[in-house]
Amino acid sequence: MRGKKLLVLVVCLYLLITGISGTSALGAQRTKITYWTIWTGFEFDTIKKLVDEFNASQNKIEVDVLPVSGLGEKLLVAVAAGEPPDVTAIGERNIAPYAIRNGVIPLDRYIKKADISRDSYISIAYDMLSYKGHQWALPITLMSCALHWNKGMFKKAGLDPNNPPRTIKELDTYNEKLTRWDSAGNIIQMGFDPAWPGWWPFAWVWYFGGKLYDPQKKKVTADNPQNVKAFEWVQSYAKKFGAEALQTFASGFGTYSGPTNPFFAEKLAMVYQGSWHANFIQKFAPDMEFGVAAFPYGPGGAPDTARVTVDALAIPRGAKHPDEAFEFIKWMSTQYALEKLALGHRKMSPLKASYNAQFIAKHPNPYIEVFYRLTFSPNARHELVMPVWDIYRKEMAVAFDSVMLLKETPQEALRKVTFRVQRELDRVLTKYKL
Amino acid sequence: MRQRRKNLRNGLLFVMPWLIGFSFFLAYPTIASLYYSLSVYDMFTPPKWNGFGNYWELFHDPIFWISLSNTFYYAIFAIPLGQVIALLLALLLNTKVKAMPVFRTIYFLPTIVPPVVIAILWLWIFNTRYGVLNALLAGIGIRGPNWLGDPAWAKPALILMSFWTVGQPMIIYLAGLQDVPQQLYEAAELDGANWWQKTLRITLPMVSPAMLLNVIIGLIWAMQIFTLPYIMTGGGPMRATTFYALYLYENAFQFFKMGYASAMAWLLFIIILTCTLIIFKISSKKIYYAGK
Repeated sequence: MRGKKLLVLVVCLYLLITGISGTSALGAQRTKITYWTIWTGFEFDTIKKLVDEFNASQNKIEVDVLPVSGLGEKLLVAVAAGEPPDVTAIGERNIAPYAIRNGVIPLDRYIKKADISRDSYISIAYDMLSYKGHQWALPITLMSCALHWNKGMFKKAGLDPNNPPRTIKELDTYNEKLTRWDSAGNIIQMGFDPAWPGWWPFAWVWYFGGKLYDPQKKKVTADNPQNVKAFEWVQSYAKKFGAEALQTFASGFGTYSGPTNPFFAEKLAMVYQGSWHANFIQKFAPDMEFGVAAFPYGPGGAPDTARVTVDALAIPRGAKHPDEAFEFIKWMSTQYALEKLALGHRKMSPLKASYNAQFIAKHPNPYIEVFYRLTFSPNARHELVMPVWDIYRKEMAVAFDSVMLLKETPQEALRKVTFRVQRELDRVLTKYKL
Repeated sequence: MRQRRKNLRNGLLFVMPWLIGFSFFLAYPTIASLYYSLSVYDMFTPPKWNGFGNYWELFHDPIFWISLSNTFYYAIFAIPLGQVIALLLALLLNTKVKAMPVFRTIYFLPTIVPPVVIAILWLWIFNTRYGVLNALLAGIGIRGPNWLGDPAWAKPALILMSFWTVGQPMIIYLAGLQDVPQQLYEAAELDGANWWQKTLRITLPMVSPAMLLNVIIGLIWAMQIFTLPYIMTGGGPMRATTFYALYLYENAFQFFKMGYASAMAWLLFIIILTCTLIIFKISSKKIYYAGK
């Protein structure tokens, strides 16, 4: 009786131990690493497929990919607690804040060893992830923003559907032709609304040749005269159409990702959006005929100005397996993986080599060529890689609201931004001895 | 003697889970946050002692003052008006009508709706163009404002919304009302008191302890308002709804200023404590605890 019990116990223990350590009994032990991504839905599926492929391609590392919502805050807490993922998604916005606090590790050593060359990347994609002479992340997808216009609405308004506005002045003229009111005087359709979707209220300054920051002098230049001009243009919409009327009109805009998106619902004929926009048009307004071109530029600006952005991978400080993490990043940075990812996400591959006729032909976005051209443009711009950009962005959004609501002149609003952000910047520069 | 020691040991063993939980999840974080509030701390690099630097900086931070005044604005209107509404509803639900439990449930329902759902729902109610609220206002000839888009109306909108979830204080009032001895009313009726007199002289004094409780709980909630503005306005337009807790959150989790945020948290604790003490002080003569 006793012997039987013991046997059962031993068998149970054996099963437990072998069960926990998984495949350890068979051959080499795999190092498990975790990878946090912000993507869900079809974008996650693409990443998952690539991760599976990587896992199958070798027997040393096993990547476990997790979609994480609100990644920024969770990563912050995870790094602080010393329990971060081994690989994390990161954007250019977070590079400087994480770099100055050693929140991510510099990749230079790994990049050199892996023989990854800066020259193989479209330069803006690679360079926006470097700060203080170090490379902190590698780009995996590339996006740029451009004017999208609805050809059907152009036709109805008597405009040439194949001739988008090239300058801000033309944009304003087109807007007037495309704006309609109902009998009660409510705006029911507009050509363009600089407040929608309001994700990058700072971006307009680039179209007037404005500058947000002087990295040499470490001066915040929010009230640079060209920036003021840009915000004056923004305010001209509130002055022309009425701040309240614009807000009332905009209150009918639904969510971005849905059929109530004002561009899909044909409430706005022209919008400033990124290379991902075509996916959503296909999904929510499949019959729409649309065009894509560089966004118009104003006085002081230059043609082919665009906001360019990336998705990137970095290794947080405290990652348990940084070497294996980079092994995975290296694999994800191969032309094969990057192109597969780009086609899956319908974005661009950050590699120069991917920019070829064959890849373009395969790409589901019919205007991918335009987006590519913008990333090569000397007037391509990206969000600032500086330590207090999150505060700066918030202040710019407040200034934008204030200007759109006619509460302050652009000069006043932007001077306030300069003052506040400079104060924060100086504090950080002293604290981290930058 | 031995028995007493044994009892002590057993007693301690029984409260051990609570003691451990308390020290790890409450006492330690609280003390740590006090230390962080006195240092420059970004969560990634070790905290650096800064004395009262964070507090000094707070007093010179215009956005801190905006967030504080927004919060007081909200509390000053939301609490008293909310109490009046909760009490009125409780009085109404205390009458003898058929199917009363059904009505009580209906009035309590909004309180158990998750905040995120409330936020999404009210985003539509407040919609300038298609919202129910402005449609009702239009019915009586008023052109409704842009509730959440206009800095002047965003706070009133959130206050208005808070009345929708007065179920909690309402239930406490209802319990208080049912504790009022019937003989008091009967005696008053014999003396010829009308409804208003009975309410003013009997009901209100009898529920005054519940009122004190509700006001203090309401104060604590109002000073920490976060979820609804976070989802609905993100603190905008033009910081009109950047409440205290929202700015605290921004500092802690977006701007890497955990020390600064900790200082804000401690200051908020002191503010709420002071307000509570003041309420206790001025109410002490007016609260009627039966028999004492």
